[in-house]
Parts: sequence; structure tokens; C-alpha cells
Amino acid sequence: MDHLILKVTSKLLFAPIILFALYVQFHGDYGPGGGFQAGVIFAVAFILHAFCFGLDETKKALPQKALTVAMVIGFLLYSGTGLVTMLRGANLFGYDALFPASTHHAGQHYGILVVELGVGVTVASTMLTIFYHFTGREPDIDQEDW
Amino acid sequence: MSGFSPLMSPVVLIDLALLTMLILVAVAMLRSRHLFAVVMLSGIYSLLSAAFFVSLDAVDVAFTEAAVGAGISTVLMLAGMLLTVRREKPKTPGRAPVALAVVLAMGAALFYATIDMPAFGDPQAPANNYVGQEYVERTASEIPMPNIVTAVLASYRGFDTMGETMVIFTAGVAVLLLLGLGSVRGGREVSDAKTKKRDD
Repeated sequence: MDHLILKVTSKLLFAPIILFALYVQFHGDYGPGGGFQAGVIFAVAFILHAFCFGLDETKKALPQKALTVAMVIGFLLYSGTGLVTMLRGANLFGYDALFPASTHHAGQHYGILVVELGVGVTVASTMLTIFYHFTGREPDIDQEDW
Repeated sequence: MSGFSPLMSPVVLIDLALLTMLILVAVAMLRSRHLFAVVMLSGIYSLLSAAFFVSLDAVDVAFTEAAVGAGISTVLMLAGMLLTVRREKPKTPGRAPVALAVVLAMGAALFYATIDMPAFGDPQAPANNYVGQEYVERTASEIPMPNIVTAVLASYRGFDTMGETMVIFTAGVAVLLLLGLGSVRGGREVSDAKTKKRDD
């Protein structure tokens, strides 16, 4: 299973896909997109890598341990933002409390940005976790089996 | 009933074409016994519904459908398919009159219910009034953000979205617990993948 063209193409595509994921992540306030979509696109870059180079290579680049930690961090980013707004005396996810002096709702902007980042990190790491565990169960497939 | 009448614009024709293709793909999925073909058809189904959402101006939903439905689900279905046989077992065709009657009655009831539904694109439809109207009117002053969908998702309904993130997180934890290869701290590795070849 050594497909040179696939490997070169996926190497070329990897960085643009990650870049697109980051664009979708941080541009969600202005255009379509947000944490869910960005997380999936981010995961897809690594899934493409796993398809072309094998799962073991991908696991070297992004080990499961890191994904497990990222899953937790993502969710804590989200719920932590809610906690901070509550500690500042506002409602849960009342982001205006983050920058009370702001006249142009800077709190809403930053709050939503952090929350979406939490969603993105959780989605990306969870999708990759599920992919790793399902694909990791079959070491190799015969060409005949398709 | 207001005086609103839906236009027969080219967009409606595109919608009808997309919906027709959706039905055709669904029927093809039902008839195929080849699991690889079914997985690919389900990806096509998601892509077609994403196109349909774009034509309904719901680009955020379309984006999610294309990324999650056509992308990740297909990959996960492929990964799941590799663990099982390639072909669905042929089912002996049988007649089930009670089931058929129930399905027909249910379908007729659903068709009857569509009579009461608001016309396609009706500005007086409940979906375009009440809370939806509120969001559209208030986002500009409360959360100055061009994408109202993000404002609703992350701010007005931040608690809902936290629940959704929690669901995804829980799914990941469940997969880790059920299929996890060893523990996070480097416990024993389970090597059930290398034990024996499938007998299919």
C-alpha cells in the first residue's frame, strides 16, 4: 500500500485544510462557520493523513493522549467561560460582564470567541478519538474486500 | 390565511430537483445490498441536503451538514464497515399486511398534516415570527455581530450549546471507555485487532 501520488497530494493539502479550519473557527462571527464545523475540518485533515500514511504515522504526529487532554480542555474552556461570567455577577454566559466598561459589547465578542474555540477543540479531538478507535481495530484491509 | 402566494421562481425549480434527487438516492440506498455503496450513497445524500440548505439560505446548517454528514459520518461509517461484512444478507421478501397498513395510515396522516402548514417562504409563518423575529431585531444592538446564527448559538442559547458540546464530549468518553486501547496513564494495551482474521 504505497501510493506516492496520494501521499504527495495529501501533504500539499494538509496545511491548507488546517488553515481553512482556523479560518472557519475564528471567522464564525462574520460568516458561516463556527466551532462545530471548524473542529470537523481540523479532524478531517488528520483523517486524510491517516488514509494516506497509515494510522500509526498519524498517531505519532497527534497521539491519543493529547486528544484525551484536548477533549477535556475544550469543554472546560466552554464551561469555564460560563463560570467566569457567573463569578462576575452576571447570568451564565452573560458575556457582557467580561468587559463591563465596553461600549461596543467587546465582552460578547471575546466570550463567543472563547466559547467557540472550546467547541472546536472538543469536536476536533472527539472526532479524532472516535476515528482512531474505530480504524485502529482493523490492521489492514485486502484490496479484494472492497 | 394572508394574501401571500409563493412564487414559482427558478430557485423553487432547483429545490424540487434537489428534493427529487434526495428521494432517488434514498430509494437507491434502500435497494442496495452492497454496504460500501450504501455508505457512499449516504455521503451523497448529505451533500445533496447541504445543497438544499444553501438554496434555503441556511448556509451555516449547510456547512455543518457538508462537514459532519458528508465528511465525518462517511468516514466513521467506512471505519465501522471495515469491522463487519461487505454485503448485507439478502432478506427474503415477505408480506406484512399489518405493517403496511400502519405505514400507509401514518403516511396519509402526515400528508393531511401538511395542509395546515404555512406556505413555503410565508412571512407570516410561525418560524419567521415570535422569537426568531426577536433575535433578528435585537442582535444588531445587543451583540453587534454580522452572523446572527453565531450570536444565537453561542450567546442567546449558550447554555444549549454547552449541552451539545457535553454530548460530543460524552460520546468521546464513551468510545474511549468501550474501545480504549489502554489507559491514559499508559496502562495495559488491548490488542484485539491482531488476534485473528475475520471469517467472512
